[in-house]
Amino acid sequence: MPPIARRWYPDPVSQVPIHPGLFTLPGDPRGPRLLAARCPSCAGLHFPAGETCPYCGTDGCREEAIGAEGRLWLWTAVRTAPPGYRGPVPYGFGVVDLPEGLRIVSRLASAEVERLREGQAVDLVIEPLFTNDAGDEVLSFAYAPREAR
Amino acid sequence: MKGGRAVHVAGVGLHPFGRFDGKDVTRLGQHAVREALAEAGVGRGGFGAAFCGTVYTGVAAGHKVLSGLGLSGVPIVNVEAGCASGGAALSLGAAAIASGQHDRVLVFGMEKMPRGIIRSSFFPPWCEEAGLSPAPAYFALRARRLMLESGVTREHLARVSVKNHANGVDNPFAMFRKPFTTEQVLASQVVCDPLTLYMLCSPNEGAAAVVLSCEPGPVGPPVRVLASVLRSHRPGSVLGEHTPMSGLPGAEPPTPTETAAREAWEQAGIDPRDLDLAEVQDTDSGREILSVEELGLCERGGGGRFVEDGVGERTGRLPVNPSGGLLSKGEPLGASALGQVVELAWQLRGSAGPRQVEGARLALGHTVGRGANASVVVLGR
Ligand SMILES: [Zn+2]
Repeated sequence: MPPIARRWYPDPVSQVPIHPGLFTLPGDPRGPRLLAARCPSCAGLHFPAGETCPYCGTDGCREEAIGAEGRLWLWTAVRTAPPGYRGPVPYGFGVVDLPEGLRIVSRLASAEVERLREGQAVDLVIEPLFTNDAGDEVLSFAYAPREAR
Repeated sequence: MKGGRAVHVAGVGLHPFGRFDGKDVTRLGQHAVREALAEAGVGRGGFGAAFCGTVYTGVAAGHKVLSGLGLSGVPIVNVEAGCASGGAALSLGAAAIASGQHDRVLVFGMEKMPRGIIRSSFFPPWCEEAGLSPAPAYFALRARRLMLESGVTREHLARVSVKNHANGVDNPFAMFRKPFTTEQVLASQVVCDPLTLYMLCSPNEGAAAVVLSCEPGPVGPPVRVLASVLRSHRPGSVLGEHTPMSGLPGAEPPTPTETAAREAWEQAGIDPRDLDLAEVQDTDSGREILSVEELGLCERGGGGRFVEDGVGERTGRLPVNPSGGLLSKGEPLGASALGQVVELAWQLRGSAGPRQVEGARLALGHTVGRGANASVVVLGR
């Protein structure tokens, strides 16, 4: 997998996920992936992963690491930091269709809305979003437009 | 209503929507309740139950309103269903009359919204930290979809805002009573592309109340509740007001507005093409267009055309939000659905003043929001 960018801080900087169980962490051999779950009954995928299927109520959903790439469906940019948000503004925000069969709401790595279009290829990135009070880099997920990288 | 006793709107009361520093939410509610009871000629002992819609008010909100007026003792039910809270309270009240459980009930709603972008306990903290919670961003995604699938342009989005603000000039209960031009709306600050500041409604404060009765009230031509329906979302879509983090590509289950509308036409025994006016959820310009599509007031994908043809203008075939809608009134969540009902009752009585839609006989109210919840109300005379 590509190394996580550490442009702003000298090593070693400890990195923590914004919430456990959402995505693979740096060094994971699977590469950057979202941790979704698939229902053993209706086969529907959901994210974040939970034991119970939100479509049919069946227990025993199994984790699947998915979403390395997808296609952009809808997009906008958020220009004013919403309450509780700790990252930079403006930031991109949108909906991405994943080939595994999941439609996901996500940050976008680009806020240049005029350069985004329906069906555009996007790649998952796990990146530092802000530094917490303990000095750790807090990692979150976003989809980056392929052409803009 | 179908299969039950007639449900009459026997009295209405409305506290203006706006910002009222120094006046607490209980006082706002009491203002509306007193007006509605006075118009219905009803006092203590005159109603069998009370239903109160509110979201941010806290424990026993309706109890505080009525106990301060010496009106407690009856069952008081506080209802939270997001932006549809007032509609949810109305559906409980209407069912109580239709079924014969009570002859008269009081239904009211009120809110004193926090300022700024609405913070909700709905999202887990990490979603807020990650920037996945802002409501205007979700509104913008829905507006983008209308642009991709319904022929909606930025000018159409602006035109809805222009229409509603122009209508609001004539509404003394509205917060914003200033007209805007299309150019001004488009040039206002971009909040979340394609939505600009003047295309978004403001959370605010207000209260509304109605007395429902099995008999007509003393004021005006009798107005009846022909349908009052509440529905929630089905899973699969990511664009619903339940704002899930994920859904299924291509999954387009019927929205709560669509399912509520279908049931409402059935309950009222009407054809929606016979409606004379509609007050619909317009939290943003795009939401009004989407509401019109979901309610079946135009075909799916026909939203751009609906605006282009001026159907929803005050002089159009089906005036939409002749009150000015939430864009000019502002949105006090618990009061917004019942505020529509009060306005529609005035329209059907012929007492809406400069906002009057001439000869209105059949009217629609619609709210949709967090939950997701949608309520559809049909009033007739
Ligand atoms: Zn399932």
